[in-house]
Amino acid sequence: MFDNFPLWPDRASTAAANVDALFIFLIIVSGLMTGLIFTAVLYFAARYRRQRGVRAEQIEGSTPLELTWSVIPFFVFMAIFAWGAVVYFKSRTPPRDSTEVYVVAKQWMWKLEHAEGQREINELHVPVGRDVKLIMTSQDVIHSFFVPAFRLKQDVVPGRYTVAWFRATKPGAYHLFCTQYCGTQHSGMIGSIIVQEPAQYEAWMSGGSTGPLSATGEKIFAELGCVTCHRTDSQGRGPNLQGVFGKPVQLEDGRSVMADENYIRECILDPGAKRVKGFQPIMPTFQGLVSEEQVNALVAYVKSLAQTGAAGGQASPAVVIPATTPAKGSKVNP
Amino acid sequence: MSDSQTAAVPGGVPSDAHGEAYNPALLHHFATEEQQRDSASLGMWIFLATEVMFFGGLFCAYLIYRGWYFGDFAAASTSIDAKLGGINTAVLICSSLTVVLAIWAAQTAQRGLLILMLVLTMLFGLTFLGIKGKEYTDKFDEHHVPGASFSFDHVPMPGHPDQFANPSHAQIFFALYFIMTGLHALHMIIGLGLFTWLLWMAWKGRFTPEYHTPLEIGGLYWHFVDIVWIYLFPLLYLIDRHP
Amino acid sequence: MAIPSGPQGERENYLNKHYGFGSWIFTTDHKRIALLYLLSITFFFFIGGFFALLIRLELLTPSGDLVQADTYNKLFTMHGQVMVFFFLIPSIPAVLGNFLVPLMIGAKDLAFPRINLLSWYLYIIGGVMMLHCMLTGGVDTGWTFYVPFSTAFSNTKVIEAGLAIFVTGFSSILTGLNFIVTIHRMRAPGMTWSRLPLFIWAHYATSIIQILGTPVIAITLVLVVAERALHLGIFDPKLGGDPLLFQHLFWFYSHPAVYIMILPSMGVVTEIIACFSRKRIFGYGFVAISSISIAVFGFLVWAHHMFVAGISVYAALVFSILSYAVAVPSAVKVFNWTATLYKGSIRYDAPMLYAFGFLGLFTIGGLTGLFLASLGIDMHVHDTYFVIAHFHYIMVGGALMGYLGGMHFWWPKITGKLYPEGWARLAALIVFIGFNLTFFPQFILGYLGMPRRYYQYPPEFQVLNVLSTAGATVLGIGYLLPMIYFLWSMRYGKPAPDNPWNAAGLEWKTSSPPTTFNFEEEPVVTWEAYNYEELDAHPDEEAPSVG
Repeated sequence: MFDNFPLWPDRASTAAANVDALFIFLIIVSGLMTGLIFTAVLYFAARYRRQRGVRAEQIEGSTPLELTWSVIPFFVFMAIFAWGAVVYFKSRTPPRDSTEVYVVAKQWMWKLEHAEGQREINELHVPVGRDVKLIMTSQDVIHSFFVPAFRLKQDVVPGRYTVAWFRATKPGAYHLFCTQYCGTQHSGMIGSIIVQEPAQYEAWMSGGSTGPLSATGEKIFAELGCVTCHRTDSQGRGPNLQGVFGKPVQLEDGRSVMADENYIRECILDPGAKRVKGFQPIMPTFQGLVSEEQVNALVAYVKSLAQTGAAGGQASPAVVIPATTPAKGSKVNP
Repeated sequence: MSDSQTAAVPGGVPSDAHGEAYNPALLHHFATEEQQRDSASLGMWIFLATEVMFFGGLFCAYLIYRGWYFGDFAAASTSIDAKLGGINTAVLICSSLTVVLAIWAAQTAQRGLLILMLVLTMLFGLTFLGIKGKEYTDKFDEHHVPGASFSFDHVPMPGHPDQFANPSHAQIFFALYFIMTGLHALHMIIGLGLFTWLLWMAWKGRFTPEYHTPLEIGGLYWHFVDIVWIYLFPLLYLIDRHP
Repeated sequence: MAIPSGPQGERENYLNKHYGFGSWIFTTDHKRIALLYLLSITFFFFIGGFFALLIRLELLTPSGDLVQADTYNKLFTMHGQVMVFFFLIPSIPAVLGNFLVPLMIGAKDLAFPRINLLSWYLYIIGGVMMLHCMLTGGVDTGWTFYVPFSTAFSNTKVIEAGLAIFVTGFSSILTGLNFIVTIHRMRAPGMTWSRLPLFIWAHYATSIIQILGTPVIAITLVLVVAERALHLGIFDPKLGGDPLLFQHLFWFYSHPAVYIMILPSMGVVTEIIACFSRKRIFGYGFVAISSISIAVFGFLVWAHHMFVAGISVYAALVFSILSYAVAVPSAVKVFNWTATLYKGSIRYDAPMLYAFGFLGLFTIGGLTGLFLASLGIDMHVHDTYFVIAHFHYIMVGGALMGYLGGMHFWWPKITGKLYPEGWARLAALIVFIGFNLTFFPQFILGYLGMPRRYYQYPPEFQVLNVLSTAGATVLGIGYLLPMIYFLWSMRYGKPAPDNPWNAAGLEWKTSSPPTTFNFEEEPVVTWEAYNYEELDAHPDEEAPSVG
């Protein structure tokens, strides 16, 4: 609105219009309700002001009236709930082919890495009109990734991934705030989302990177010795990871879980938590041996195997090999 | 909960200077003894409800982590002494019996039996705490107390001799074990304090068949502490135990 | 039954029966304990208010230039802790509830007078611990204590603050326990449940929440303290713990806690509106049931504070729909209060002005709760100034207005003195204006995207922040005025008759102030609550106008 006195945030994503529509609807409903109550109170207060000789009329109540003004608001509330639920559901469900960006929050900065490999600090370049999925974790305390212009917010939690997505609609630079209190420089943990026209974005992208994230992940996979057990034939002591991502995995205790980002991450950091059916529990944990960025790279690599994956998604049980603890991979300096 | 007054006369209440029935046990703001007794009882029940919620938070945390880390919890549970825990369970159940007998003794004006039952209850309570002390000492020696010197390496999960428990997850079990049983033991100690006071009142002859409310509400408290243990024992000691 | 009216100094009452410091701090008289609480919570209100002042001064400018970042973080943390745990939660129950519950039901005291005194001692112990914590470094975790920041990263006195609140929590539990037993067992003959003033129903509902909810935050704080001291791993993701478990446990109490703060205020407002409209409240039964419903449903909605915390979409749906359910009884109450005004005979005395203020501000605050319960909107406004505005509308515009209205309404009964009516009406107006100016801009700031707990912000947010701080100054003046004239009235105020408002309720049948044991003889109730028709049946005996 006004330049240095805005009253409404920018609308720069597809979600923004949906949220604003719901918000305006609620303003109207609230305005009507407020108007109604204020008018009634002020009118009654004036009309029934104490006068000599006039007594109050003792009215016990009215059950039909009570039911009416319970049931009607209830249905209005349910309608508001339903609309809000739809908006929320859409914004929590990233589209299939979203571009992925890995986010690592730490006190007090945002570290972002594009799947193509570009790294950014406190800034995120994205092209207009592209679905972008953020896969986020924290190195320390809980933070929250908030872009008001996109109406986007998701807490970033240590120990797991949380996910958010958006599609930007208007070029420009938009505030990025941390909005979960995280210590001294919480209010300094800010940045910008820079939305560019596709051509400009391509130009920016080609300005050098370390290669796609999945390639970095492949290197780490080799350096840490993962490839020793997770072979691409049926001889490995660990499951074949070709095509694993995005499909169900059978566990030893009979459960079946979806191999999503959080599952891959858990396998790396806490392998005993979900034993895969048919395999010995010999995978060592890499907790403390890999940084969050390295975990992100490994996850990106495993995901890339889903595309190039061999026929069939399920890994076959290994030939029985005496269970020995394999040598741990050397620690890779981040 | 009576003020310090002269001992109640067995078999009836003396009259005071006004010629009306004088009841030293009736507090000023109550209209009748029945109201006072009902209030005390309701008050204790409500207090026990707050205690359920207090322990409830811990049970909630326990249930969640047990669901997530069942194998690790099972391994940790196997390492605590179920025999001692079982003995303690029997001890507490006996102590609840002696509490009930104490109240019966008061109802039937048997002062000697009342005092004996109160003393037995307290002895059982002390036995419980003693055994608990032994358990804690064992855990300390085995480095199972959470904190800097905690260690739980190469402990196999029950039924899965090929898989070792995750020490961090086991530490969560022990943290909950110590906090839950510690909180319970604290309540036992408070209970012993309460019963010391009840014993003193019984010795002084304060309790009659008409008035023994402190015994009843003290008994309610003691039973509650017992019931908490009856939940704690299987949940903490008996996860996935194989005979 | 009532002692005949007369100038206060000549008759014995609970204030002049015994003198001396000891007679106050060892009292078991519920009325004296209420005054002990009044002094204590007012003290903490000023501390919390002082922190608020510093916060608003810092926020006048976009950059952090008044205090350092760490200091600011301590200011908003301690503002929240002091205001929630040491002011709002005790306020009406411990002051007005303690004073009035026995009087309203026709009892000589609460069921457990010594436990009542113990609850005040616990409050003081917790308060001293909190003061010590604040004076020796303070705490900077936010009043919400989120882990792992509070357990593993903060360098401030988290353990001390946690233990202080733990102790004070027991004060709240014992008060609730006392009220429930009192209301069940100590009602005078003829005082059936359906003849109880709705103030009593409100406190009954509040007490249910106090006894069932508070122990959960107590144990949660124990876990935080233990984790911080011993690094147990219960909340540490690197050791297999879950930070979200803390949030669930914390909000399981802290959401119902907001109903502890608002229900008593609703009870006060009901009494005031009935008296100053001279009629029975519209829909007595529905208002009573609504209070209980709010208490029960209030326990089912806690995770609406966690919609973007990482809970599943399905959990979010459940908690959102339940949050709308809990809004219905509150709306019903607003409609009932409004309907009570219809065909009433309305006076604009200060208590009624506060009640009007409550109606308006609680309506706005409650409606903005609908915004927050909506998943689609909460995504955007969670953890922004929109939430801050919402809860201040309810807690300050609602709870605090009700508290002030109640203090004015029952001041003559409590002290035997009349406050100056003109000043009181002025103060009510100043509070209303100052409040709206302070907090309405914050709704806009929140939707714009200004996050909570920020001491520096982008320059385009400045105008709204300046408006808010200006309002806070006005609001502060509005709160200072009653402090001054209430104190003034204790010495120079006109003596109050037994029933200056000609109000219904057993408390008004005692002297102003009441005697220590409240009633000469136990009252026997044969009339319904809010018997204003009977009270107004003799117009020539109507009470003179106050002030």
